[in-house]
Amino acid sequence: MDMNQYLSMFIDESREHLQSINENLLRLEESQEDLSFVQAIFRSAHTLKGMSATMGFEDMAALTHQMESVLDLVRNQKLEMSVFIFDALFRSTDSLESMVQDIMQGGTGRADVKENVTILKSIVSGDYIKENADGKDKSGHLPAHIDEFQFAIMHQLIESGHNVFRVEVELEENCILKAARAYMVFKALEGSGEIVKSSPTVEEIEQERFDRTFSVYYISQVEESELCRIIGNVSEIESVNVIGLTSDSLKELMVGQENTQNTMVTVADTQVVEQSRGKAEPSAKAAPPPGNALPATRTIRVDIERLDALMNLFSELLLDRVRLEQLASEIRRTELTETVEHMSRVSNDLQNVVMKLRMVSVDNVFNRFPRMIRDVAKSIGKKLELVITGADTEMDRIIVDEIGDPLVHMLRNSADHGIEQLAARVAAGKLETGTIQLRAFHSGNQVFIEIEDDGAGINGEKVLNRAMQQGLVTQDQASRMSEHEIYQLLFASGFSTAEQISDLSGRGVGLDVVKTKIESLGGRVQVDSKRGEGTTFSVQLPLTLTIITAMLIQIGPERYAIPLTTIVETACVRKDQLRYVSGMRMMEFRKNIIPVISLHDILQIPQTELEIAETIKIIVVRKGEKLFAIPVDDFLGQQEIVLKSLGKYLTNIIAISGATILGDGQVALIVDTNALIN
Amino acid sequence: MDEELKVIVFTLADEKYGIEIKRVKGIERVMPVTRVPNTYDFIKGVINLRGVVIPVIDLRGRFGLPVEAYTHNARTIIVEVNDIEVGVIVDSANDVVDIDINHIEDPPEIIGGIKAKYLRGIAKMDENRFVVLLNLEKVLNNCELIQFNH
Repeated sequence: MDMNQYLSMFIDESREHLQSINENLLRLEESQEDLSFVQAIFRSAHTLKGMSATMGFEDMAALTHQMESVLDLVRNQKLEMSVFIFDALFRSTDSLESMVQDIMQGGTGRADVKENVTILKSIVSGDYIKENADGKDKSGHLPAHIDEFQFAIMHQLIESGHNVFRVEVELEENCILKAARAYMVFKALEGSGEIVKSSPTVEEIEQERFDRTFSVYYISQVEESELCRIIGNVSEIESVNVIGLTSDSLKELMVGQENTQNTMVTVADTQVVEQSRGKAEPSAKAAPPPGNALPATRTIRVDIERLDALMNLFSELLLDRVRLEQLASEIRRTELTETVEHMSRVSNDLQNVVMKLRMVSVDNVFNRFPRMIRDVAKSIGKKLELVITGADTEMDRIIVDEIGDPLVHMLRNSADHGIEQLAARVAAGKLETGTIQLRAFHSGNQVFIEIEDDGAGINGEKVLNRAMQQGLVTQDQASRMSEHEIYQLLFASGFSTAEQISDLSGRGVGLDVVKTKIESLGGRVQVDSKRGEGTTFSVQLPLTLTIITAMLIQIGPERYAIPLTTIVETACVRKDQLRYVSGMRMMEFRKNIIPVISLHDILQIPQTELEIAETIKIIVVRKGEKLFAIPVDDFLGQQEIVLKSLGKYLTNIIAISGATILGDGQVALIVDTNALIN
Repeated sequence: MDEELKVIVFTLADEKYGIEIKRVKGIERVMPVTRVPNTYDFIKGVINLRGVVIPVIDLRGRFGLPVEAYTHNARTIIVEVNDIEVGVIVDSANDVVDIDINHIEDPPEIIGGIKAKYLRGIAKMDENRFVVLLNLEKVLNNCELIQFNH
């Protein structure tokens, strides 16, 4: 059977399932008791196994099969998640991802999965505990995380005068029937009190899935010494450690537990129970948990090329509409005018629908960031939390595809250079966990994406010194720069080389690349910072690249379009307001002297009568922080235009970014104002 | 017989040239062009061909032949080579002929003022007429443009 026709479907669905596994693993890591995440992961793994087996990708099937086995135990509460298991599952997911990647690129999807399979198998059999018990951290058999409910009970009992203990029991090394001995201890304890929680769980202990130690939270009326004696009566016991818990030490435990879970900790004097509820919020913000997920929407998959074809056809229609409107206004017949107006309204709605079809939510790139930040945090030894808001913000597919890399760059930058080392944060009186906020939102025709960290902020002096050493600014310029202007130097090309990273406590590598990329998408990027409080990168992007609003201008016999986003304002100035300053034509504009740049020279337009007129029409245009004026013969009004490429034959035309077709069917070129000035 | 090549025949400075029909996407009258700045003189600009923006070159200009005003016979042949779509203005478009592939001969060093590297060969149309086949890849190659400029 030919599987090729199913291959693209397989790839799409595999990627979706892998993404879902990743997300749910992260959520599970935050709230380990919530088995609904395990269910979701299990389902994804199960589907992946079935699909990959059908398609003949045996290695994928083998690995997912083992993942499924582990998850099955977890969801049936026969196995408790641990750091080790999380890492094993994450690693397996990575391995699956690279296999799918390989298949996408036409490979066979083969990979060596032996190591991951063995690890997963050892988890299923329980052997891994033995392997990890000796030497490594003991977190595996520290008392299990107590949940809010258990905490509340114990808290209340302590308050009402009961004794609450944490009892750690170690069996003798040569003990043969460990489960039986543990059972006897449990039995003895239950005679004079109640066990709230045991670690490993009772089931695991019954199945002998523990090393030599286990611990319980225990409520009783008896005293510590009596307790030791009761347990001591059971033979083959190496040691017993009984710790009496007070209200305070219980709270500490709760807080410490949150710390190890790497979540946000807000130490406050209010009820601890509330705090631990608060910690669930960030993940809820990032994406709704499966529990209250939206009802599945009915969708179909459409080839992107078909959407592009639809867009092209629609833009044809848009041209005819403009032409019809012109004709209707010339012919002046009511019926015609009304029909054309109705058509305009319908085509406006149609335009919205067509544009929406091409829009995807930024979540398509955001969704891989929590995992990335988790890995970065682990590798650089910081505690990081990524809070995502506005992941459902939509923008043009092309921009979403392109914006991923710059964002990765800025996020890594924030994690690496923005957030301080643990010790420095503590010294500065900040929480150990550094927070990076990733926000997306709409405003007008623009999408804003902000990355804000609560780190040390940018050291302006160091940046300035480095920029002067690099010859990017002169001493004179430097003395006149505002703090805000200094920060933007981070984006200057040539500012970052490998050597600087170590020197500069601030930020470093390749932010100029980020800036170039964003500007090529018609966007802008800025950075702002407050010493000691943090740094914010804000990216501003157009909603779409295919239809833009532009000002049409006439220069000599030719018409050009200038994107409205770059225009600050249009004005008429008297000829004597223009003057020459050291050979450059300048003019005064709102108390600033700005350069006047003539398109005649740059675009080789035949000279016109422009210079003779008493008043000159100008367009004031912005490039970054700089303003400049472009004289024109006439403003032809603003209009929605459909961006068209000049094709592959004409590439790198100076100061021209594309073309559009006007209402009369003629082509007008779009001026790239960024290229007009350095 | 699959050894036949269908060719569009056009006139340029009194000489007959041919372009493989599978490269030709259409033949249009000369349309108003929008000038594109900072390019070669022979690039006349861009046209709107049913909603698609396509660059147009003057083939006389491309080969350095004397440029003349377009007559009503002038045509724009829309060709596509390696994903590049270009309109080529010629004096007139004449015919579609079948050419026997085995009877294409190497072009002479120079013919009608066009260097051999832009040509694919010379073929016989009938008893006493010949057609010069263009090598469109070379004609539309942008690297070649730079050499041309010198």
